[in-house]
Amino acid sequence: MAGVEVRLPAARERLAQGLPRGAGEGGRDLVAPGDTITTDPGYMRGHGTYMGNEKLVASVAGVVDRVNKLVCVKALKTRYNGEVGDIVVGRITEVQQKRWKVETNSRLDSVLLLSSMNLPGGELRRRSAEDELAMRDYLQEGDLISAEVQAVFSDGAVSLHTRSLKYGKLAQGVLVQVSPSLVKRQKTHFHDLPCGASVILGNNGFIWIYPTPGQKDEEAGGFVTNLEPVPLPDREVISRLRNCILALVAQKLMLYDTSIVYCYEASLSHQIKDLLKAEVMEEVVLQTRQRLLELEG
Amino acid sequence: MASVVLSEAEKVYIMHGVQEDLRVDGRGCEDYRCIEVETDVVSNTSGSARVKLGHTDILVGVKAEMGTPKLDRPNEGYLEFFVDCSANATPEFEGRGGEELGTEIANTLYRIFNNESSIDLKLLCINPRENCWVLYVDVLLLECGGNLFDAISVAVKAALFNTRIPKVRVLEEEGGREIELSDDPFDCIRLNVDNVPCIVTLSKIGYRHIVDATLQEEACSLASLLISVTSRGTLTCMKKVGRGSLDPESIFEMMETGKRVGKLLHSSLQTVLDEEEKLGSARKKVGFLG
Repeated sequence: MAGVEVRLPAARERLAQGLPRGAGEGGRDLVAPGDTITTDPGYMRGHGTYMGNEKLVASVAGVVDRVNKLVCVKALKTRYNGEVGDIVVGRITEVQQKRWKVETNSRLDSVLLLSSMNLPGGELRRRSAEDELAMRDYLQEGDLISAEVQAVFSDGAVSLHTRSLKYGKLAQGVLVQVSPSLVKRQKTHFHDLPCGASVILGNNGFIWIYPTPGQKDEEAGGFVTNLEPVPLPDREVISRLRNCILALVAQKLMLYDTSIVYCYEASLSHQIKDLLKAEVMEEVVLQTRQRLLELEG
Repeated sequence: MASVVLSEAEKVYIMHGVQEDLRVDGRGCEDYRCIEVETDVVSNTSGSARVKLGHTDILVGVKAEMGTPKLDRPNEGYLEFFVDCSANATPEFEGRGGEELGTEIANTLYRIFNNESSIDLKLLCINPRENCWVLYVDVLLLECGGNLFDAISVAVKAALFNTRIPKVRVLEEEGGREIELSDDPFDCIRLNVDNVPCIVTLSKIGYRHIVDATLQEEACSLASLLISVTSRGTLTCMKKVGRGSLDPESIFEMMETGKRVGKLLHSSLQTVLDEEEKLGSARKKVGFLG
């Protein structure tokens, strides 16, 4: 039962001309590179802006963010700029002496020090030379981890830690990569969704969808990966969630637990593979947006 | 080729999914991603097409130029293939990085077009032994998202369908022959693409095989089979890629799947090409800015 669908590309719909720019949602300003933000010399120049002809000009496309006298532009499409306390999902790219290099979608590779992770079994001691030799047994190239940002260096590189049982190596599941600016900052980024799967919404735009673990096995410290087959119903939920998240991203909707759950519920009337089609995505996201607006009241 | 690194657990997840006929994006084992085809996107070519298959993005231009026929085939024109791997697709292609892949793809294209029935090359002959049309088929890889070969073959077929070669007349004069180009720009030859084959790549993952693998799935597959199929389901050429081995029984299964999917691929593609043609100038061009 093969399925092949070929179609003509659909042109993106242009927004109505003459729509006043800067009167976006909630009074927030949208700017394009080169747009003048303000001519008032009293403002301070922040990220994503520069001074040109005594005017403050945007250097990236995004939303203007004012904090007192400081004006920044938050770009829609950007790499991840680390902040202490962020939760990230990353992939190990290199094993070095006493540390791992982790790809987290930031400009520079992040590091995870051997000393800033829990040893398997939860032992607390100084790391010895043997531990250094066994580093590849803990995490090897290609492995995915969830971690927290411990420090940000002056060049913007990020140092991670996994000193909690929440963090550590990720087992079976699906990774979705989105723009970091679409992940909403929240109290918690680990969600067990009511639909039967869990997600980790990394602040760096890496989203991990995985089957909700049955019981939290604490003694392993998150290093033993379960390679048992995931049951089909769980797989269906995970695939649907993946496609829903991609649909939300295609329509530039913020990602957080509520929006994902609403989108999931709106998508239930469609087949999972149909969610890859642009028009179905649009319809599902429209319903989601409607419900989110109703929720806000 | 652009490739991704996956952890063991991710690979296991993908493999079990294929076993259960539910892939990561919800497709079954024999489902293609949605293919978007647009022809006539580059104005200074004789024919062009752009194909998007998931994240794979291919642009093909066909240019007809006057040349001399090859010595062993004096009454036929010929096709030349060139594949350019743009560094836009992946930084690995920078400099000469994409050359190897480009040559591999070009050689595959030569192989699948290396038979009499795929395209009527006699039509391209102008003057036996002296002049013929040479079709330069240039493929540009703009983005790699897995399943390059299938996307490229679809794009080549669409571009050949779109190709219009100006009609010329040979005037016999004393002292030699002269070639005269028709005054009417709409007076041109079209190629018959009914027998142009398309490639269907079948990747073996675990005990099953899938069509249209994404980059992640390609990373899980040790061996895949390229099959070129015509619209009637005739298999014209076959090639195994990857370092793994395939056992003969599964090759036969893969061939059957390939033929079945290939036929569907051809019929869907032809429907869209005809539909686009029917729209004519009323069609909104999308191109690269849409």
